[in-house]
Amino acid sequence: MSVNLLKETGPREVFCGLTSIVWLHRRMPDAFFLVVGSRTCAHLIQSAAGVMIFAEPRFGTAILSERDLAGLADAQDELDRVARELLERRPEIRTLFLVGSCPSEVIKLDLERAAERLNDELKGRVQVVNYSGSGIETTFTQGEDGALAALIPLLPHTDQRGLLLVGTLADAVEDRLIHLFGRIGIDSVSSLPPRQSTELPAVGPGTTVLLTQPYLTTTARLLRDRGARVLTAPFPLGAEGSRSWMEAAAKDFQINPDQVASVLDPLVSRARNALTPHREILEGKRIFLLPESQLELPLARFLQRECGMELIEVGTPYLNREQMAEELALLPDGTSVMEGQHVEKQLDRVRASQPDLVVCGMGLANPLEAEGIATKWSIELVFSPIHGIDQAGELAELFSRPLKRRELIRQALNPPCNVPNNSDPVHA
Amino acid sequence: MQLTLWTYEGPPHVGAMRIAASMKGVHYVLHAPQGDTYADLLFTMIERRDQRPPVTYTTFQARDLGGDTAELVKRHVREAVERFQPDALLVGESCTAELIQDQPGALAAGMGLNLPIVNLELPAYSKKENWGAAETLYQLVRSLLKEQAPAELLHDPKAWQKEGRRPRVNLLGPSLLGFRCRDDVLEVQRLLSIHGIDVGVIAPLGATVADVHRLPQADLNVCLYPEIAESTCAWLERSFGIPFTSTVPIGIGATHDFLVEVHNLLGMTPPSPQEGIRRSRLPWYSESVDSTYLTGKRVFIFGDGTHALAAARICREELGFEVVGLGTYSREMARPVRAAAKAMGIEALISDDYLAVEAAMAAAAPELVLGTQMERHSAKRLGVPCAVISTPMHVQDVPARNSPQMGWEGANVIFDSWVHPLMMGLEEHLIGMFRHDFEFVDGHQSHLGHSGGAGAETEPAASTIQGDLIWTADGEAELKKIPFFVRGKVRRNTETFAKSTGRTQIDSETLYDAKAHFSA
Repeated sequence: MSVNLLKETGPREVFCGLTSIVWLHRRMPDAFFLVVGSRTCAHLIQSAAGVMIFAEPRFGTAILSERDLAGLADAQDELDRVARELLERRPEIRTLFLVGSCPSEVIKLDLERAAERLNDELKGRVQVVNYSGSGIETTFTQGEDGALAALIPLLPHTDQRGLLLVGTLADAVEDRLIHLFGRIGIDSVSSLPPRQSTELPAVGPGTTVLLTQPYLTTTARLLRDRGARVLTAPFPLGAEGSRSWMEAAAKDFQINPDQVASVLDPLVSRARNALTPHREILEGKRIFLLPESQLELPLARFLQRECGMELIEVGTPYLNREQMAEELALLPDGTSVMEGQHVEKQLDRVRASQPDLVVCGMGLANPLEAEGIATKWSIELVFSPIHGIDQAGELAELFSRPLKRRELIRQALNPPCNVPNNSDPVHA
Repeated sequence: MQLTLWTYEGPPHVGAMRIAASMKGVHYVLHAPQGDTYADLLFTMIERRDQRPPVTYTTFQARDLGGDTAELVKRHVREAVERFQPDALLVGESCTAELIQDQPGALAAGMGLNLPIVNLELPAYSKKENWGAAETLYQLVRSLLKEQAPAELLHDPKAWQKEGRRPRVNLLGPSLLGFRCRDDVLEVQRLLSIHGIDVGVIAPLGATVADVHRLPQADLNVCLYPEIAESTCAWLERSFGIPFTSTVPIGIGATHDFLVEVHNLLGMTPPSPQEGIRRSRLPWYSESVDSTYLTGKRVFIFGDGTHALAAARICREELGFEVVGLGTYSREMARPVRAAAKAMGIEALISDDYLAVEAAMAAAAPELVLGTQMERHSAKRLGVPCAVISTPMHVQDVPARNSPQMGWEGANVIFDSWVHPLMMGLEEHLIGMFRHDFEFVDGHQSHLGHSGGAGAETEPAASTIQGDLIWTADGEAELKKIPFFVRGKVRRNTETFAKSTGRTQIDSETLYDAKAHFSA
């Protein structure tokens, strides 16, 4: 027996890869992400980025106009002009990502050629790379995979033994993980993406890679091509997953398991304590995860095994069975894992199953809340510091809070009513 | 290709979504890739709607492009019609689908479906959101009503008199993601009902397809938001002879003018010009002694065309402000905004580059900014108070309370929300008196007794260089005595004055000279 793998196609309700710029640009303050696309792309990123931008942001869109499409203007020349204008305004930028979009892919605008040409022109003052975040090829977090994959050819070579953490982490979480690896006995730990885009980590046959995020398929393949060993392990969400993840690295560095246990076991038992109040709320509750962030499988594993939740359906935009093997193995037999989406049919299943909590995108959350179903935004999970043993309590809290809140206000806001009430609500 | 860091308006298909989502029984099939589904959150998050917008996205992927995307469109049209059973179907495409030229509208029309299908062609690479909304409303109304259009235009807006009924008007233009439309509609209905005028259809907000069919039964169309409804109103006038209003009732003067226009068009006796004084508190509040301190406040205005124009008039005529900047991102409204600015002796800023707007704001050295949420951020950086008067919509622009902009109550709301960010009269007076007390220097100090205030002042001022000008230590020290919230303005004014009088150095005397110069 194993999980029940299902597939569905139809209308989808997910972000495209451009959305990952929202956290990538914060991680690398000396990088700029220039989307080559349409007004829709610009509007998408500013809407997903919390609606408004407070200062001049480190991302923008070169909006294609009719002149570019009709061939009246040479799109490559135009792109050079826009890139020059941008770099003149932002002299502190060291890495420029040219990001492909749906329209630029459809008109086959060659961003690789543009990046090469700009690199020649800028002579190392700014490094220019390109990748696609288009919605016809990528889903949400896959954009980060593209951005990191674009950096791999630039990584310096090393023959030194070292651990490389791949995937954006909150700075504080990264510091903590590096500290813990040090206590275990792994002293050489670097990260991709780095905090400064120019401080790229080195890679080579002595490099062991741990993926911090489950959506980095292409990046992992390119790192293997550079001679690195990419470990497969559960992802570092929850105490159990994070422990196994760190253990995988320790094993690869041939560290005595007793040493690992002496460092991690106290942390795990502390995390169990931190989980207790949340487990009290979550235990036995039924959860439905809609596909979006690609974190759904590891989250489901954590919520089921460490918080006692019951999994109704675990959606995922796409499934890389090899990379997810360890996660799939930890899910209960018969769990419905749905790859792809037909959003209408999926919402029918949500309504029919009346879950206690649904993990979904921002477009769907309030309509489900209005139907009486508690929700959690999936995008919050890619912004929050949730990785590692020490964060297990915080991660659980993200799921217990909506349920706790409902309990707090339910009685006062939904008093029992014996008289028929036929008027439409004021917010409808 | 244009470098865009932030945009005031979305693409035109978002405008079409606003129309579809505003109405009941209208569904929109949008040929678009998966990323475009982000637009749902504009409605469910920003406007806190309790239902998804009625939109089916075809979400085609790269692998579909080699195959039959036309079949994909038809499948989604069929499924959407079956599942949602709409009374009318809008079919269109977003920017990417426009490039692959499947012509989804024509495909849907050829499917033999038994419902009205409106083919939307919204050029994504040249047009924007408000245009898309206006075009969608126009195409929808036109395709539902064109069969009904009479051969001869016999419409008489005074027919209600002969027919022995109350006059009846439609309210056109209010939509989701429009600034305070929800509350304006209630307020305008109230305003009209006071004068014995009935409201027939409100569209698109809350309208059904049957309501659209009833549009020609009105005596008059009220065009509440020209950005959205003007093309529709003009078509209804051309095809049915129904006249429409051109005054937007925001502010005391404009509300009165609006009532006069409506009464004249309907053949009624216009109401008393005193009505606003009786029904709104703005006139008295503006006349009261505390408001003396509002006199000549320098205000910078930027927003959509309708709200920017209304704000300029209110500021100048009803609050006694000085308008030092006026602009809009609505290119469609550039002409009237330019004219209004010219009448005030300034040049209008027509731009959709928020950094250009911020630069203009800084140059105008305003004491109050009326703008969009973006200008609120820019004003915050400049240390200038700001009130929001226009879309793009932010979750804070959809308050729980009733908060119209139009009509008499709208004028009350405007008085409160524009004046409160300013220092109130007596308060400003007291701060002027006590400005040398350390509590008023460098930010309001807490009663909890943090250091700062006097502590922050112990560091002696040093001379500084600003471009070609040198501020002496004595000049900087004098400047520090001025309350922090006007210090930037005084610094700029003094520098302008110093340059205009050919000085290269600014000391305390220069400050006093400049002060005398500017108060003269």
